[in-house]
Amino acid sequence: MNVDTTYLIIKSLMVLTIFGITLLIATYLTYFERKVAAFLQDRLGPDRAGPFGILQPLADAGKMFFKEDFIPQNSAKSLFILGPGIAMFTALLTGSIIPWGPQITLFGETFDFQIADINVGILFIVGVVSIGVYGIMIGGWASNNKYSLFGAIRASSQMISYELAMGLSIIAIVMMSGSLSLKDIVAQQHGMNWNVFYQPLGFIIFLISALAECNRAPFDLAECESELIGGYHTEYSSMKLGFFLFAEYINMFISCAIISSLYFGGYNYPFMDMVTDPTVQGLIGTAVLFGKIFFFIFLFMWIRWTLPRFRYDQLMHLGWKMLIPLALANMLATGAVILFNQ
Amino acid sequence: MSPTIFLTLAIIAVVSAMFVVFAKNPVHSVLSLIVTFFSIAGLYLLMNAQFLFVVQIIVYAGAIMVLFLFVLMLLNLSADTEPQKSNRFRVIASASAGLLSLVFSAGMVIDATMGDRNVTNIQEIGLVKHLGKVLFTDYLVPFEISSILFLAGMVGAVLLGKRTPKESKS
Amino acid sequence: MEQNASYLPILIQAAIAIGFVGLVLVLTHILGPRRYSKKKVENFECGIESEGNARFPVSVKYFLTAILFVLIDVEVIFFYPYAVNFREMGVQGFLAVVMFVAFFLVGFIYIWKKGALEWEK
Repeated sequence: MNVDTTYLIIKSLMVLTIFGITLLIATYLTYFERKVAAFLQDRLGPDRAGPFGILQPLADAGKMFFKEDFIPQNSAKSLFILGPGIAMFTALLTGSIIPWGPQITLFGETFDFQIADINVGILFIVGVVSIGVYGIMIGGWASNNKYSLFGAIRASSQMISYELAMGLSIIAIVMMSGSLSLKDIVAQQHGMNWNVFYQPLGFIIFLISALAECNRAPFDLAECESELIGGYHTEYSSMKLGFFLFAEYINMFISCAIISSLYFGGYNYPFMDMVTDPTVQGLIGTAVLFGKIFFFIFLFMWIRWTLPRFRYDQLMHLGWKMLIPLALANMLATGAVILFNQ
Repeated sequence: MSPTIFLTLAIIAVVSAMFVVFAKNPVHSVLSLIVTFFSIAGLYLLMNAQFLFVVQIIVYAGAIMVLFLFVLMLLNLSADTEPQKSNRFRVIASASAGLLSLVFSAGMVIDATMGDRNVTNIQEIGLVKHLGKVLFTDYLVPFEISSILFLAGMVGAVLLGKRTPKESKS
Repeated sequence: MEQNASYLPILIQAAIAIGFVGLVLVLTHILGPRRYSKKKVENFECGIESEGNARFPVSVKYFLTAILFVLIDVEVIFFYPYAVNFREMGVQGFLAVVMFVAFFLVGFIYIWKKGALEWEK
């Protein structure tokens, strides 16, 4: 393996940059969520810390660090610490294969604005998502609290159920593109040739599954406060609680990035060929991608503050009896239509 | 660089596999088994078997171990309800483990004496595209038969998990 | 070996993520205060005295879901190598997959009719 050092240094810097951006966005999503909730409920939301309450997330994060790092007596101590660690780790891992922008040339060198373009990109995401179950499961079980345990069981059953529909809906996209690499999938949606126009059903299935995977309302049965106190993180405090909450926001950000890349063309935008300078084109592309991501984040929040929570049997019925058969039919229909047109 | 990565992964795999056996707490065992699976996935990657790498993560580390963890966490496994294993059980267990290791080492010896196999294009074979081609041409019949295996698995799971009311009364 | 190099950045990312997680967990442990109280270290269950612990068997439904998940997950994985080669395989490959899906559907209808997907009872 002949990997030159400059390549590694560039990649490391890129990893750090995207890492920082992810953390910053996740921090500010908490603020954004409260503001959106306030807007939808005709309130003001946080407005004390700094102008428009803009410093609120920093105050919250700082406070979390200085809270008591509390471990219940009956808990399995090492697993209790491991749970939030795994949740945060898996959330931070997925950002590495999303193409944040097209290839640009700076100072005579070409850069891919993507940390790792791997051959099995989209499958890697499915893999990391399937590992994400452990954080919640271990955390909830280790607390040795009945409510936490129920939260953890509910969350993990829900996550594994919706993983299936998610995997099946991605297959239709792979059939269209003939590649598992996210870079290829995005590059094929040049201009306005977005996958959502060919895969509307697949998009809806993926969107619902993504909501369920992130444990977002209306699928937030894992932490429904009316019956389970705080769900799987009832016993957590300090930054360990922060990790669980943070991981949820990072997952939301990454899911929105994946939805944008798979179905809404990623960094592609209409009339992009009219911009002649490739560097400018690339920078606009990145901005457009983030615009799409924030639109979907807003959609997630809008859904959360509008729809009531599902009942558990309704949730399981939707996942198993609706989404899986629909995703399978969508896959076969996609195949039949493409073959017929060939 | 490759030998270093290989050695690191191999050592992690072996150490965590030992921990699976020696850990007192079954949940710790399962977690270290997950670590083992990850390091094995890394070894697949070194051999450029990219599909196998990701399948190892999704299916073994992500699905089967979730099932294991479910069973361990949600069945009652307090130490006082766990029956003590008798000595006879220990003898049988070590005998079967010994036989298994005999089979494996015999396999390795035979494999080493067979010499180089005629493998062309080994760099490419692990990629998803090539794997798919082989799977859907040369191995189409086993592929279809595997679906019958899944069918049998589903029937078995339902039979185990779902008692009809008549049976549960008795 | 060239293609493996594209996985190295993921290793870097994983290392940084582990470092970050570890650092924050240690920091928050050091920074926070520590005051012991007998009531506090007990589990919080809505303020009601806690009875026993949370180590009890739960409904078999959850196990059934997990087993079916493992089975179907493996089937889903099988579709990916096909989907990548989908255009070259043509009609013949498609028919092979339709047959595979038909077998899957037989099993799926079976578990549906057997009530393994019901949650109300």
